[in-house]
Amino acid sequence: MTPDILNTIEVILNGLMTGVMYSLVALGFVLIFKASGIFNYAQGVMALFAALTLVGFQTGQIPFSHLINEIFGTHVHNWGPGLNSVLAILLTILVMILFAWLVEKLLLQYLVNQEPIILFMATIGLAFFMEGLGDLMWGADIKTLDVGIPSGGSFWWEDVTRTWVSEGYEYYGMYIDLLDVWAAGIAVLLVTILTLFSQYTKTGRALRAVADDHQAALTVGISLRSIWVIVWSIAGFVALVAGIMWGSKSGVQFSLSLIALKALPVLILGGFTSIPGAIIGGLIIGVGEKLFEFWIGPLVGGATENWFAYVLALFFLMFRPQGLFGERIIERV
Amino acid sequence: MFYRESGDFKTSYVQDQQIFPILQDRVFVAVVIAFAFLVVPFLINDYWEKSVLLPVLIWSLAAIGLNILTGYCGQVSLGTGGFMAVGAYASYKFTTAFPELNLFIVVLLSGGVTAMVGILFGLPSLRIKGFYLAVATLASQFFLVWLFNKVPWFYNYSASGQINAPERLIAGITITGPNAPPWATYLFCLIFVVVLALIAKNLTRGRFGRSWMAIRDMDIAAEIIGVAPLKAKLSAFSISSFYIGIAGALFFLVYLGAVEPTEAFGIDKSFLVLFMIIIGGLGSILGSFIGAAFMFLMPVLIKNIMVNGLGWSPDIVAHLIFMIVGGLIMFFLIVEPHGLAQLWRIAKEKLRLWPFPH
Repeated sequence: MTPDILNTIEVILNGLMTGVMYSLVALGFVLIFKASGIFNYAQGVMALFAALTLVGFQTGQIPFSHLINEIFGTHVHNWGPGLNSVLAILLTILVMILFAWLVEKLLLQYLVNQEPIILFMATIGLAFFMEGLGDLMWGADIKTLDVGIPSGGSFWWEDVTRTWVSEGYEYYGMYIDLLDVWAAGIAVLLVTILTLFSQYTKTGRALRAVADDHQAALTVGISLRSIWVIVWSIAGFVALVAGIMWGSKSGVQFSLSLIALKALPVLILGGFTSIPGAIIGGLIIGVGEKLFEFWIGPLVGGATENWFAYVLALFFLMFRPQGLFGERIIERV
Repeated sequence: MFYRESGDFKTSYVQDQQIFPILQDRVFVAVVIAFAFLVVPFLINDYWEKSVLLPVLIWSLAAIGLNILTGYCGQVSLGTGGFMAVGAYASYKFTTAFPELNLFIVVLLSGGVTAMVGILFGLPSLRIKGFYLAVATLASQFFLVWLFNKVPWFYNYSASGQINAPERLIAGITITGPNAPPWATYLFCLIFVVVLALIAKNLTRGRFGRSWMAIRDMDIAAEIIGVAPLKAKLSAFSISSFYIGIAGALFFLVYLGAVEPTEAFGIDKSFLVLFMIIIGGLGSILGSFIGAAFMFLMPVLIKNIMVNGLGWSPDIVAHLIFMIVGGLIMFFLIVEPHGLAQLWRIAKEKLRLWPFPH
C-alpha cells in the first residue's frame, strides 16, 4: 500500500475514535429524550461538571474554597491528599444521582406538560447554572484528569503498520492514541450494559414503557417521577464516562461543555430516539469531518471541523427529517 | 380608573386600528420617545453611551429580529450571532468600497444583504421543524463565522484578520470611528431602533404577523386554512434577518468599532439574544426591549455591586453571574413561561379594573 492510502486509513481510524467520543455524549441525550421527551442541552455541561467533581475528589479540594476564601478572607484549599480513583468515581456517581434528584425536585416537576421548546430552554438555563456552579465549586483553571487509563501512541500498532507499506516508500507507521481505543472499548461496554439493563431488568422495562407512552405507563402503575430521577441518574453516569474520556484526552476545561453542541448533529443524523443511531451517527460525523478536513480542508483554509458536522446534518435532514433510525414523524391535526 | 378603553370612544376606523388604543399608552410612548430624542442627548456622556445605552438599543433590535422569527413565527434559531456577523461584514464592505455612501443607506443595505442570507438559511425550515431546525441553524452560525475568518476578501486582506470601522460623517457630524461624540452615535442608533420597532409592531398586527402566528400555533392547520408556509416562513426569516443584520451593522460600526468574528459573533451571542426574548417574552415587541435591557444590564449591575461594592474578585463574580442567569431563566420558565412582558399584561388587566376589581 502507498503511504497515501495508509494516511487515509489513519484519518478514518482517528475519525472513528473521535466519533465514539461524540457518541458517548449523544447517548446521554437519547436516554433522556426517550424517557421524558426532554431535549437535554445540559448533557455536555453535566459531563464537565462530573469531570470537575471527580478531579475535585481525587485531589482533595474543598468545594467552594475560592468563594469561602473570598468572603471570609481565609486560605482553605484542600482537606487532604485526595481519594483514589475508584472511590472518587463512586462518590461522583453519588453526586450525579443527587443532582438528578434535585433536577427533578426543583425543575422538572414544575414543567410537566409544558411544550418541548420550553423544556429545552429550561435545560439551557440549567446548563448555564451548572457551568457557573462547577467553576465556583472547583475553580475555573484547566485540570488534568488521570484515572489510570493508558494514553499516548501505540508503538505496537506503529510497528505493525510500518510493515504494510509497499517497497520503495518511506513510512513511519500509523499513530493511534491508546486512550481512544480504550474509549471505544468502554463505549461498547456501556452500550451493552445499557441494552441489557433496558431489556432484562424490571426498571429497564419500566423505562421503555415510559418512553413508549407516558400515560399508558402511568395507568399500569409506573411512577413517572421516580423514572425521571433514574433516567437522569443514568444520563449523569453516561456524562461521567464521557467526562472522564474527554477530560483525560484534553484536560478538564470549559470547552468540554461545547461538545454538547457537536453532539447535536450526531443526534440529528442518528435520530433522537435511537441508541444505535447515536453510535452510528457519531461514527459518521467523526469520520466525515476528519476526511473532509483531510481532503477538502487544505483547499479552503482548514478548520472545517467547526462547521462540517452541522452542514452535513443540515443536508441530511433535507432528505430524511427523522434521522437514520428515528421513528417516522407522523403529523396529525 | 383612568387606564381603560371604555369611555374612549372611537369614531373612525383609523382611530379604531391605531397601534396603542388606550390614551395613556399613547401619551406614555410619546413621552418616552420625546425624552429619548430631546433630553437624553444632552445628558449623555461616554460611560452611559458605551456601557448602557448603545448596547441596550442594539441588543433590543437584535431581540426584536429574533422575536419575529422565534416568538411570532415559532422557528427556533441559534444562528443570530452568524447573521449579526453578516450585517457587520456587509456594512464594512459597503463603507470601505463606497466611502461616499450615506451611513443610513449603508446600514439598510447591510440589513438587506443579511435578509438574503437569512432566506438562504431559512430554506431548510420548509422541511425541518422544531429542534431539528434549531440544530440546522447552528450550521449557519458556525459556517458564517468560519467564512469571515477564512476568506480574506471579507476583511480586505488586513494582516490582523479583524475589521475596523472607518470614520464616516453624516452632515458634518462624525458617526463612526473613535472620535464620534456620544450623542451622535446614540441618536443614530435610536432612529433605527424607534423606526424599526414601530414597523415591527405594525407588521405583527397585520397580514404578515397573523400568518406567522398561524404557522407558529399549528403549521398544518394554517396551511389548510390557506396560509402559504413558504411565504410565511421565508418572510419571517428575511425580515428577522434584516433586523438582526442592522443590529450587527450598528454593533460593529457604532458600538465596537473593531471586530474579530469568533470573539464578537460567537455562539454565546446567539444564546444571549435567545435568552433575551425568553425572559422578555416570546411574541412581544415590548418584551424584546425589556429582555434586552434586563439581560444586558443585570450582569453589569451584579458586577458593579460585587466587584466594586463588596470587593470580590471578578472571576468569581463571573461564575456567580452564570449561575444567576441560569437560575433566572429556569425561574422565569417555571413561574411565567411568557416572560416579563406577560407581567406587564397582567398589570394592565389589573389597572383596567382598578379600583373596583369585583
